[in-house]
Amino acid sequence: MSAFYADTGTAPKTARIARKPIASGALVDQRARSRRLGPGKEIPYAGLLGPALLIAFWTLGSATGFIDQRTLSAPWTVGVTAVDLIADGRLQSNLITSAWRAIQGLAFGIVIGTVLALVSGLSRWGEAIIDGPIQIKRAVPTLALIPLLILWFGIGEGMKVTVITLSVIIPIYIHTHNGLRSIDNRYVELAETLRMGHTEFIRQVVLPGALPGFLLGLRFAVTAAYLSLVVVEQINATSGLGYMIELARTYGQTSIILVGLVVYAILGLASDGIVKLIAKRTLSWRRTLAD
Amino acid sequence: MAPHASRLTDNAVAIRDLVRGFNGRTVLDGIDLDIRRGEFVALLGRSGSGKSTLLRALADLDHDVVGTGRLEAPVNKSVVFQDARLLPWKRVLDNVILGLSDAGAAARGTSALAEVGLAGRETAWPVELSGGEQQRVALARSLVRDPALLLADEPFGALDALTRLRMHDLLRQLCARHQPAVLLVTHDVDEAISLADRVLVLEEGRIISDIAIELPEPRDHGDPQFARIRADLLARLGVH
Ligand SMILES: Nc1ncnc2c1ncn2[C@@H]1O[C@H](COP(=O)(O)OP(=O)(O)O)[C@@H](O)[C@H]1O
Ligand SMILES: [Mg+2]
Repeated sequence: MSAFYADTGTAPKTARIARKPIASGALVDQRARSRRLGPGKEIPYAGLLGPALLIAFWTLGSATGFIDQRTLSAPWTVGVTAVDLIADGRLQSNLITSAWRAIQGLAFGIVIGTVLALVSGLSRWGEAIIDGPIQIKRAVPTLALIPLLILWFGIGEGMKVTVITLSVIIPIYIHTHNGLRSIDNRYVELAETLRMGHTEFIRQVVLPGALPGFLLGLRFAVTAAYLSLVVVEQINATSGLGYMIELARTYGQTSIILVGLVVYAILGLASDGIVKLIAKRTLSWRRTLAD
Repeated sequence: MAPHASRLTDNAVAIRDLVRGFNGRTVLDGIDLDIRRGEFVALLGRSGSGKSTLLRALADLDHDVVGTGRLEAPVNKSVVFQDARLLPWKRVLDNVILGLSDAGAAARGTSALAEVGLAGRETAWPVELSGGEQQRVALARSLVRDPALLLADEPFGALDALTRLRMHDLLRQLCARHQPAVLLVTHDVDEAISLADRVLVLEEGRIISDIAIELPEPRDHGDPQFARIRADLLARLGVH
């Protein structure tokens, strides 16, 4: 709990100057002080610093010949290749195909995972029926299911989206369920004394209480979705970023492979950024170390 | 729970031979208690004497506790806990009107906040308030429902002495205006004497004293009569 200070507390530091009229304020240090034990003030664009250093190292290494061109194409070669790929439309069309697969898989996975977590988190029967199979599924890597899924769904879009969906369900379920179960019993008591109905209890207490868990699950889910996307596109695909990379490998086009990887990286960072932004917006009631 | 077919009394609260226990140990051992409408009753007792158990029985928060006896309390009752128990993800006003869905709720919530001196803080988050302010929001939340019975379990126990005195004034005013019957659990003898019409002492699951406080308001802690009641109560609590 953060705030048990007195309503009328006077900060000890001002005690010595308490005789002076507060309004003059001359002795009060107006600089914002950073916390002593927290991580300190937020650095603007901090998230970009690390990647920028990496790119600088890559550029410098390529320019000085420290990095062999056959192992890793230089940034400018990759840039030229990217421009070419965009000019003939290959990059965009593959990107759209991949993004669409990821979005579909994420959407289905999020809905299914959340519903399962709610049913299992809110009823003992639901938990008895749902939780076991989910834990079993968790023990089997989604990617190990691909052969079976190919037999069932063929090698079309259905199979690919199914693989992504399955890999998204797990983190969403686990973290949302955990969030639901760790809602403080004191709030349940409060809801009882306020004579809340079941629906209202779920809407006002359960869902907002489970939201931090859900959002954590969402971050893992996005990562899982990209992992599955990469894998399904490198087997039996005829379009998409993974296919573009796989094709480039057979022709030894390192720079195209790198363009693909950079795009993956951008996609991953961008979606993680979006999830973080959603979290910041919806969890603005929290005061944590990160603020 | 108690059958409502035939009421025991016309009082706000009527308890007859209430017994509660945990794991085979009796905690409340035959409690009889009536609280008149609008009466302010304070309940004193050592830690572990069963005060919270009694209050939770009145609040219908003891479904899984074994026990016997009859207990009548109004349906329209509010509980104030030791912690303010605000939902951290709801802004102050939404916390006050939590569970109310009628059209006038927001307006009543706003005026309840004004009553506890928090006008203008409607859109603050609970973490942005001090402990005393949070507890005032909790008071507003319980009063906006216009309860016939207000149950409070050491509501000021976590506050510093100065804030606690201000909360006493506030509670006194609010009770004068809304006239609920009150059961206030406390371990602070002065708090009990300065607020209550009647002070009960609970020991080993029984009410061992039931003292009417007939001091004029405002009650002065330095008044010799106040001091005599204090000494008497402290003796009954086994403190000298
Ligand atoms: N949920 C519970 N399970 C087991 N024992 C309990 C429970 N609640 C209270 N007790 C026991 O009942 C006794 C009375 O508790 P309580 O009513 O909380 O005391 P008080 O509020 O007067 O300090 C204590 O000995 C406590 O350990
Ligand atoms: Mg207690």
